[in-house]
Amino acid sequence: MDTITLNIDGQEVKARRGMTVLEAAKEVGIYIPTLCYHPSLSPFGACRLCVVEIEKMRGFPTACTTPAAEGMVVHTNTPQLQNLRRNILELLLSEHPHQCLICDRKEHCGPFDICLRHVAVAERCVICPKNGRCELQQVAEWIGIKELTLPYTYKDLPVKRDGPFFDVDYNLCILCGRCVRVCQEVRGVGAIAFTYRGSQAMIGTAFDRPLLEAGCQSCGACVDVCPTGALMERANKWEGLPERQVVTTCPYCGVGCQLKLEIKNGNIIGVTPDLDGPANRGQACAKGRFGIVEFVHHPQRLTSPLIRRDGEFTEASWEEVLELVAGELAKYQGNQFGLISSAKCTNEENYVMQKFGRAVMGTNNIDHCARLCHAPTVAGLATSFGSGAMTNSIREIGDAACILAIGTNTTSAHPVIGLEIIRAVRNGAKLIVANPREVELCRFADIFLRHRPGTNVPLLMGMMRVIVDEGLLDSSFIEQRCENFAAFKDSLSNFDLDFVEKITGTPGELVAEAARMYATYKPATLLYAMGITQHSHGTDNVMATANLAMLTGNIGKPSSGVNPLRGQNNVQGACDMGALPNVYPGYQSVATPAIREKFEAAWGSSLSSIPGLTLTEIFDAAYEGKIKALYIVGENPILSDPNAKHVEEALKRLDFLVVQDIFLSETAQLAHVVLPAVTFAEKDGTFTNTERRVQRVRQAIEPIGDSQPDWQIVCQVAKRLDANGFDFEHPAEIMEEIARLTPSYGGISYERLENGGKIWPCPDREHPGTPILHVGTFARGKGKFIPLEYKPSAELPDEEYPLILTTERSLFQFHTGTMTRKVKGLNILRREELVEMNPQDAQRLGIADGDQVRVLSRRGEVLAKARVTEVSPCGVILMTFHFAENPTNVLTNPALDPVSKIPELKVCAVRVEKLPA
Amino acid sequence: MVEQIENMLASYKGEKGGLIPMLQKVQQRLGYLSPEAVSQIAKLLNISESEIFGVASFYAQFRFTPSGEHSVKVCLGTACHVRGGVRILETVERELNIVPGGTTQDYKFSLERVACFGCCALAPVMVIDKEVYGRMAPAKAKQILAEY
Ligand code: SF4
Ligand code: SF4
Ligand code: SF4
Ligand code: FES
Ligand code: FES
Repeated sequence: MDTITLNIDGQEVKARRGMTVLEAAKEVGIYIPTLCYHPSLSPFGACRLCVVEIEKMRGFPTACTTPAAEGMVVHTNTPQLQNLRRNILELLLSEHPHQCLICDRKEHCGPFDICLRHVAVAERCVICPKNGRCELQQVAEWIGIKELTLPYTYKDLPVKRDGPFFDVDYNLCILCGRCVRVCQEVRGVGAIAFTYRGSQAMIGTAFDRPLLEAGCQSCGACVDVCPTGALMERANKWEGLPERQVVTTCPYCGVGCQLKLEIKNGNIIGVTPDLDGPANRGQACAKGRFGIVEFVHHPQRLTSPLIRRDGEFTEASWEEVLELVAGELAKYQGNQFGLISSAKCTNEENYVMQKFGRAVMGTNNIDHCARLCHAPTVAGLATSFGSGAMTNSIREIGDAACILAIGTNTTSAHPVIGLEIIRAVRNGAKLIVANPREVELCRFADIFLRHRPGTNVPLLMGMMRVIVDEGLLDSSFIEQRCENFAAFKDSLSNFDLDFVEKITGTPGELVAEAARMYATYKPATLLYAMGITQHSHGTDNVMATANLAMLTGNIGKPSSGVNPLRGQNNVQGACDMGALPNVYPGYQSVATPAIREKFEAAWGSSLSSIPGLTLTEIFDAAYEGKIKALYIVGENPILSDPNAKHVEEALKRLDFLVVQDIFLSETAQLAHVVLPAVTFAEKDGTFTNTERRVQRVRQAIEPIGDSQPDWQIVCQVAKRLDANGFDFEHPAEIMEEIARLTPSYGGISYERLENGGKIWPCPDREHPGTPILHVGTFARGKGKFIPLEYKPSAELPDEEYPLILTTERSLFQFHTGTMTRKVKGLNILRREELVEMNPQDAQRLGIADGDQVRVLSRRGEVLAKARVTEVSPCGVILMTFHFAENPTNVLTNPALDPVSKIPELKVCAVRVEKLPA
Repeated sequence: MVEQIENMLASYKGEKGGLIPMLQKVQQRLGYLSPEAVSQIAKLLNISESEIFGVASFYAQFRFTPSGEHSVKVCLGTACHVRGGVRILETVERELNIVPGGTTQDYKFSLERVACFGCCALAPVMVIDKEVYGRMAPAKAKQILAEY
């Protein structure tokens, strides 16, 4: 590495080239006061508190903007500098409440001191919510300012409370601009800016509008960087300092942001994103930042086991309920039993559950909601590359030269990965967005391909045809690393641009331009999500993305690859742990005798060699009475699965249904027995995020009420069924067993995860982890090109049902809303289901923005409010599935992808009618 | 109107440095920077509306409300300042219930502050449309406004 040596205050300091003087000093623990500097932001040089003297340099350069150089001699603390800083600070304090800062009895100040009686607003530190963690306090303390010679003005501005989560008191603002910079630079939003000038200068919004109207996404990044009490979270504003902090992993999406839970009196009082989080580096989104405390401490949490007696739930003791569950389940061993595990639970819990299903209940009927999101990824990428996960890590996205984001509304569904895309664009990367919906990312895109829902294969094949025809392919990569190219090349002949334009509705020339861009700016990375997978030809779509990456040699290198963005916090881990009907942990096939023997020996039980039923098949089997008992952990299939009425009916026909969850979800309401589980904050474990990084979940508070961790509950049931191998005392022991039996997790242990997660494959204790897959050789040896043809979606619009319905996600709600809808502020940001439709369609149907409409498909109907917007293309309507009162999945089509058995959630034919007012 | 702005701005597309000339052009045409115009410039340049507003509000030349029938200008140049220009401005602000850059609800007056009219001998000075009123006092200013 490129190191330089300089001298700071007489101390020899080694620094990396490119570091500033400030960073070099920080590295060795030399304090230089700063106010506008923040490690997440580019240097600003505005507050001038960080001035230093550098020999052979004139004046007083600011340490935060001056690059460290070889042989530099720096002084950070001379009388002259202190004087300068004192003057700067005095100027700042003349407009900032400072009585306490310069008070000479500061040390003796007690809770009921007399000066308190005179104040009504936060005009001194002891009554400021930031007291004790304010950077201005720290700086004033260090400089030791004792009196103020300048006249003082209190700005007397009203405190703004227009957003749902934080208060804005610009009387305390020192105009350091950190909030403005984080909002523009890092979040790409720019809701706030410096406005006006001179004595009127203040942080503000366009036309002084309320924050939310200025585009604020309530991410809280500005609150986190503000050095003073100007921006404060409302919920914990007056809670004071936390007693301790626990670093853990966000329970919402697959990004895996590292969050610090702040604890006081046994409760979580706040959450801040961790600057050291590898995927999020100090960022989060509204859900993780503001949406945790309220759901964890929600009064509706299940606190006691429930047993249905005469149609009513009654509370019961664990003893009683475990006895009942074990007794009932004993009747249904074998294939009459099914287990639905959870992508919300930890790896250890998923491991224990599939072990329970296989070793104790004797069936492979185990699945979870990955079936509904990335089953085609697992199937498709395994066929093409030999491994079905993101090929590269999240951090690498920001350094790509070109990004193709197809079928992903990244800024809504994976907000913090969205930031990585924005970082890449700021660094000059090209961005191609392919999506039927004009998603937020289009603002940053060089090319926006608006293809029709269900036409990914022709779009991608069209691009590949152009790349081949124009000779932009990477021939040597294809020759050395891949196979089956000739057959694939032949299949391209059907996809000339005229055909592509006709099917996709995207101008051929634009498709060609995108192809050239992707093929020439290297490294190029491809990101995709549900827009690729949730189709009856989802596996084909996935293989098309794999073909494209191989064709241009964009795989096995930094910042390249094919990157499926996975939705749930631990959907990657639940798959890795074998919560799937056909594989044991680590994707080891149940049908391979040698592998089965290994697990039989380890678990001391004979195992079934027949792959079990998939999620959708489990419900069908329940409907037909073939499955009689079902154990559902932490999932809500009544809202999340297609053709929801059928699922509900299937559940009602069961002889015995156990649901284990944190709330009485729509699904739990149908159960015979409900077991209260704890949230992520009340247990230890690990989640594996979308980039395959195994990260710790750490217990922050005691379980609420009588609830218990999922792993503990399942182990107790197993033991009551006389099973061995469920005597775990702590999840760390479960991880030891996982590591022994799962090659890709072989080197994972709690000890090693203490200082940050590890990316699998991590085969042994010395292995550092593998951020980039398929370097040098593919997991399956050679990368396999797959010839593809165009297959239309299973249900296309016709006269009776003339519109296409496609489903999407809101930034502010998550999945079926079991957690997010418990958070008031998130409900303010997104209150209800909206049917997004294009103005042309709306006009034809006589529908105006805000009208109540009825959406009908062949399977059911849903009422919701219309939202007329250009964001939705002609002929297509968009809905989420977060809202139980408007269950969108009553409408969707359960037509399955033949390979991966994913239902076609992204395309179904519907009709929209206006409701009489 | 939206189309008008679009045509006008089309020629600037992609030139990120061109924000200020663009704002000037819009103001020349519309007399002020309307929210619609700012929103379109934002889309065109891919800068947020708040950023644009921030830049525009830094310069005294831009206004964000359509101008009223009569333009009232109060001088706060050195001479006028010394002789109580601030009090005149405050009086007008109170009378019309607007701040500099604003327009009354009935679109009758808009108010601006200026640096110097070049007739310092008459300080403090207020100008309504083309009419110059010198040696102002709060009561006098009120009276003059009432005559319009
Ligand atoms: S909450 Fe986020 S989007 Fe809103 S102003 Fe702050 S940084 Fe910007
Ligand atoms: S609100 Fe906070 S972060 Fe923003 S400029 Fe003021 S002091 Fe700095
Ligand atoms: S929901 Fe996703 S992006 Fe938001 S804080 Fe949690 S992990 Fe990060
Ligand atoms: S921290 Fe360096 S100028 Fe503000
Ligand atoms: S200072 Fe007012 S006219 Fe010159």
